Amino acid sequence: MKPVDPTRRQFLAAAGGAVSILTLAPGVLLLAPAHGRAPDQPVTGKVRWGLLIDTTKCAAGCADCVAACNRENGLSGGTRPTDPQWIRKVELKDRRPGRQASLPMMCQHCAQPPCVDVCPTGASFKRADGIVLVDKHICIGCRYCMMACPYKARSLVHEPVTGQSPDVPRGKGTVESCTFCVQRVDRGETPACVEACAAARHGAMVFGDLNDPASEIARRLAAYPSTRVRADLALDPGVRYQGI
Amino acid sequence: MGIALHAIEGRSPGYWGLLGALGALTALGLAGAWYMEHHGHVVTGMTNQIVWGVPHVFAVFLIVAASGALNVASIASVFGRTFYKPLAPLSGLLAIALLAGGLMVLVLDLGRADRLVVAMTHFNFKSIFAWNIFLYTGFFALVAVYLWAMLERRMNRYAAAVGFGAFVWRLVLTTGTGSIFGFLVARAAYDSALLAPLFIALSFSYGLAAFLIVLLAAYGWTGRELGAAVLARLKNLQIVFVAAALYFVAVYHLTNLYLAKQGAYVRFILVDGGVYPLAFWGGQVLLGSLVPMALLAHPRLGATRGAIAVAATLVVLGGLAQMFVTIVGGQAFPLELFPGFAESSTFFDGEAHRYVPSAPELALGVAGIAVAGILVALAVKLVAFLPARLGDPLADSA
Amino acid sequence: MAGRAVFAGLIFATALGAGWALAQERTAAAGRVPKPALAQAKGDKCVDPTDFMRRNHMQVLLHHRDRTMHEGIRTPQHSLKGCVECHAGPQSGTVVGGSDDFCQSCHAYAAVSIDCFECHAARPRQARAGARKP
Ligand code: SF4
Repeated sequence: MKPVDPTRRQFLAAAGGAVSILTLAPGVLLLAPAHGRAPDQPVTGKVRWGLLIDTTKCAAGCADCVAACNRENGLSGGTRPTDPQWIRKVELKDRRPGRQASLPMMCQHCAQPPCVDVCPTGASFKRADGIVLVDKHICIGCRYCMMACPYKARSLVHEPVTGQSPDVPRGKGTVESCTFCVQRVDRGETPACVEACAAARHGAMVFGDLNDPASEIARRLAAYPSTRVRADLALDPGVRYQGI
Repeated sequence: MGIALHAIEGRSPGYWGLLGALGALTALGLAGAWYMEHHGHVVTGMTNQIVWGVPHVFAVFLIVAASGALNVASIASVFGRTFYKPLAPLSGLLAIALLAGGLMVLVLDLGRADRLVVAMTHFNFKSIFAWNIFLYTGFFALVAVYLWAMLERRMNRYAAAVGFGAFVWRLVLTTGTGSIFGFLVARAAYDSALLAPLFIALSFSYGLAAFLIVLLAAYGWTGRELGAAVLARLKNLQIVFVAAALYFVAVYHLTNLYLAKQGAYVRFILVDGGVYPLAFWGGQVLLGSLVPMALLAHPRLGATRGAIAVAATLVVLGGLAQMFVTIVGGQAFPLELFPGFAESSTFFDGEAHRYVPSAPELALGVAGIAVAGILVALAVKLVAFLPARLGDPLADSA
Repeated sequence: MAGRAVFAGLIFATALGAGWALAQERTAAAGRVPKPALAQAKGDKCVDPTDFMRRNHMQVLLHHRDRTMHEGIRTPQHSLKGCVECHAGPQSGTVVGGSDDFCQSCHAYAAVSIDCFECHAARPRQARAGARKP
């Protein structure tokens, strides 16, 4: 965790009363968000979060990102057909020359998300910074978004859930998917999968602001060719792949 | 109108037996829904791959049939065919009943059925689902006014105008229902503009079949007179509707066959997809279309009530088979993320998805039909919907 | 904003519940309905005066919920997570589950069901070593 300026912390504690002293402790990074948004300021469209996956560095059989996601978001990690999976490893084999590739697949955080268009209640929505989320307070569990998603990114919670993470509420009967670990992004961290991939020295994932030409992701996208999955649908996904 | 409408007596043991049976089916379905609601969708056959199962098969069938059931009324007031006029109120009633049954199933299958009020207070107007909520409630209202206009003498002069409105509305409604699937461009099965007209053709056929079943049952069981000419016209209409539906199905598959990228999907549904080709050829095409057409067109058999009843029932069953193929089969075929690659994952990418419906969801689906039946049975007892006699001379002179 | 209309319904239901609770006050005094027995919270005062919170916590939470969900504002004031961190029972470690737990005891008394904790954690995150003391 990053060190925090003690004077600022005291200031906030005084302003927020007892509760902020206590809640600030786990979330101290609130005070120093990397993207420069003050904690009480809404997200804006100045930022568009994106993720670049270099499949040449992604090993078949490695599922470090999946494990990290499950841990961060409180998923069981089960793989029955009814178990939610926010991120999965897809193994590919070219039908002709037989070349193999392996890559993580998750919500692609489209700029034109079909799940948002079809949702009858507006529960499926895109945040100003491009993160596509489900507002589970108004999700009725109709599953139309699951029908509409080209990436099979969404899961319905099929059973009652217990032991949720305080940062990641989840419950039976609503639909969920990868959030880019929005709770981490809001404190200036990267998604858990990206962190795990880097920690294991694979370095196959780069997370950052697509709108910022100086960010690593924008520079790499500018320099090397990349692929949008189901580019034919013109959804402008925020996740891009290299090496396939 | 020269024909008197009368409520049925509804005091025979048969009537109470019918209501009791339908009530039991409804209770079973509600129990199933409660069980699903309590434990979550894990107790159904539905998964994160097959997200809409048997409840949607029944619900969509009933909603499509509902708009089609209004046809007899439309023919009477929109196209001015007085021959059908005495039957128009029953047609409107059936439309409302079928829609109510279908919507009940749809709503009880939601992951959070307890949040119905959310669905009624939050709208995303880009969503075809949200429009459908208005299309359905509007349909209820319009048909109710239409019934009033037909049944209340002082309102009769508005019947034609309201009937026209209801007719246009029902076309839009079925287009909306078809578009629920037609807008899912990501999926091979649904990426087709043909789905909306296909659904309209289907609605004509399903609706008339449901109407015939109710008509034959009501007149047969109450011993009222029902003329052969009335039936003959309706059954001929049914032949035309089944043929039209079959034609659209053929065009839908043929256009898919023409597109190379759809080849795998067409093979799956028509040849090697296991239960889906079986349901398609055996259920939808053979039992649901060819056999009923042959029965109805047969010079001797086609004139008997038994054969007409069997044919109409087969059309309904074929319709359920068709919805199964379209809805479940369409999802069972895997989404292709990387064309040209064989895909595999823990989330079942690249493989056909399995689906085995469970008892509670089947019970819920059947309950939709039972509820529609109860509504009709009660309404014809309480309100004068049915002509007391529908002998040929009367029907002709009406 | 999203949730408002539904919430109006919720508030109405809550008001009914509160009215009922008030009507019961006399019988409660006679001991028929056990008074809520609230576990001691951490810290010495709430983020807002107790009187205000008692009546308005639901609106306050709803407002914050929409801001967090849609705008990414995760300030601790008025966040449900904040409530749970202070009010989880010292023994039970949760706000629902037992009859003295903070949310449950009062909601049982007012006969208003709580839907929050089907999805939200009713316990604070396990204290990470060294992370708790400022
Ligand atoms: S399941 Fe929830 S998020 Fe998805 S379309 Fe339905 S209401 Fe919207």
